Amino acid sequence: MSMTTIDEAVNERTYADYSRPLLWRVFMTREFAIIALLVLVYFYAYGNVANFDGPLTLYYLFLDMAPIMLIALPMTLVIITGEIDLSVASIMGLTSVMLGIGYHDFGLSMPLAIVLALVVGTVCGAINGFLVAYVGLPSLAVTIGSMALFRGIAVGLLGTEAITDFDEKWTDLATQRIGGDSSYPVILIAFVVLAIAFAILLHFSTFGRGVYEIGLNDQTARFTGVKVERTKFCLFLLAGVVSGFAGIFYTLRYGSARGDNAEFYELQVIAAVLLGGVSIFGGRGALHGVIAGVLLIGVVSSALRLENVSTNITNIVIGGLLVLSVISGSVLSSVSNLRQRRAARARAPVKASHRSGQPDDGEKAASE
Amino acid sequence: MSETLVKPSEASPLQRAVGGALRSREIAVFAVLVVLIVVATVKSNSFLFGGDGWRDLLVTPAILLVLAAGQTMVIVTRNVDLSVGSTLGLTAYLTGRLFVDQPSLPIVVVFLIGIAFGGLLGLVNGILVAGFRVPALVITLGTLYIYRGVFLEWAGSDRINPSDMPSGFLSLGTKQILTIPVLTIIALLVIAAVGYYLHTARGGREMYAIGSDPDAATLYGLAVTKRVVWAFVICGALAGLAGVFYAARYGTISSGAGRNLELEAVAAAVIGGVAIFGGSGTVWGAAIGAFLLVTIDRVLPILGIPDFWQRAVVGALIIGAIVLDRVLSARQERALIEARDR
Repeated sequence: MSMTTIDEAVNERTYADYSRPLLWRVFMTREFAIIALLVLVYFYAYGNVANFDGPLTLYYLFLDMAPIMLIALPMTLVIITGEIDLSVASIMGLTSVMLGIGYHDFGLSMPLAIVLALVVGTVCGAINGFLVAYVGLPSLAVTIGSMALFRGIAVGLLGTEAITDFDEKWTDLATQRIGGDSSYPVILIAFVVLAIAFAILLHFSTFGRGVYEIGLNDQTARFTGVKVERTKFCLFLLAGVVSGFAGIFYTLRYGSARGDNAEFYELQVIAAVLLGGVSIFGGRGALHGVIAGVLLIGVVSSALRLENVSTNITNIVIGGLLVLSVISGSVLSSVSNLRQRRAARARAPVKASHRSGQPDDGEKAASE
Repeated sequence: MSETLVKPSEASPLQRAVGGALRSREIAVFAVLVVLIVVATVKSNSFLFGGDGWRDLLVTPAILLVLAAGQTMVIVTRNVDLSVGSTLGLTAYLTGRLFVDQPSLPIVVVFLIGIAFGGLLGLVNGILVAGFRVPALVITLGTLYIYRGVFLEWAGSDRINPSDMPSGFLSLGTKQILTIPVLTIIALLVIAAVGYYLHTARGGREMYAIGSDPDAATLYGLAVTKRVVWAFVICGALAGLAGVFYAARYGTISSGAGRNLELEAVAAAVIGGVAIFGGSGTVWGAAIGAFLLVTIDRVLPILGIPDFWQRAVVGALIIGAIVLDRVLSARQERALIEARDR
């Protein structure tokens, strides 16, 4: 095998995408497929579902999906590095309980109670990050453990009690609308700010390049100077902080701090991220796809709810979407592999005729 | 080259067997379990000897034992099945419905239908995971939603009560042979069969090979797809069996059946030393882990700790177990490197 063939092989595979027209590269992506699906479903629901165009639909959609939207941002980065965090919903439960205990039992003012709850969320994230990044444990196992641990502490502290005596000023803030009467709750402002921050972090910074490199191959990332441990630690820490924030929002929105708040949210967050085109193997994904993924789940749920379809069917639909999106990725990639192999075979005779005039010793030796 | 990298052990086979057993993870977890039972018995005599103490100690873990056995098989192949809790709930309800709609069915047939139905659900998982070569975590997360959705939609607000089921079936949940509950005996037989298969049969050994390095297994020519599908089918079938157990043991089947159990099954395997990234661990370990998880739940109130704290203890145990694994494997690696460099 001569050097040129190796180069060609590499070039074909790596840069095949760049030989396509710009529009093709932008639109023929998984992210765009999800955005297109979201638009289709939204307009279908808008035209066909009674009351979907009502003023409350979008408001409740955003309000219900807000914790999932928020946590999906750091979760995207975590999954792109090839790790996973199953403990986010437990962190929400624990911060919710800490907010309640801080406000009710310790007599802290609400801002101080919020700070306390955020600190607890940060500590939870730091524990995950330390065990995964510096001790080097598999994140799936670690966060199954910390999911039980954080939830266990939350349930242990409050039992089956609920703390509900929050000042109305604060519970109203959680459900307030932007400008007083629009369809957009104020939590959207926090989401937009965070989404921009995470987009810059992931897509326009060296830190973000490192995140992708770690997901593709953490050994080569290390050799090219990416601080693998520090990056992973930071991401789990961020997941902890944002989950803590989501837990506080959840508590104030429902005006109730309970140990079992937000149970099973981790599954919805992960479903949304994977639906948005992020690869569970790491190294691939983008935030705009994830945001479309969350909104798709939100639109489907609220449209089905307006049609009086039970939440069980909604769960079946979400599960089916998740399975389909993963399988379609696999089918598409095997189709494109097949096409590449066929193209390579089509080129092969041409090369052979080129070489026929000038016999190559190395080629002969290799074929023998 | 006749040089050996590591000197053969000078200890006799017996010494090696005993030494290996003492160092094994299974023995360590078993010791924790025994200590727990002894402490609980000292604190409250009735935990073991009074009333139904002995029977409860053995029968309560039966469901999780069966689930953990199936989960071990899947995890060994470097996959995971998160849908077992939903499969259990669905099968438990199916069992109840069968007794309501077809009262004349013999109990054995109901058992077989439950196992076959679970196996079918497992087959769906297996085909999706192995056939399309996609991660089991995502697929079984999806089927967790789907199976649970189907279960809840089918069951609705309806629930199966003990009066709907024949007393012969319900008594299985309490019947004992030589003071050992029947359900526990079946569970132990399952553990023995799965353990024997994984330990000695060609298919079982190939599952370990697949889990250690899927690419190498493919290159070597092992039937990776077939084995992984089988692992999922068996895991699903065992979840189905666990569903029938659930119906027999509790008699009441509401929409909450099997919730969260998938994570307990994974936790039992992890605590018992089954590596989450495949290729190592034994079903005995997972069984002891399952026993430990269930027993902790019952011991905490006896120790004066409210059982609300159970999950926290379980979480700490899981994290402790994987940290321990890490420390031990790092030590072994160092020892091997030293032996090589000498």
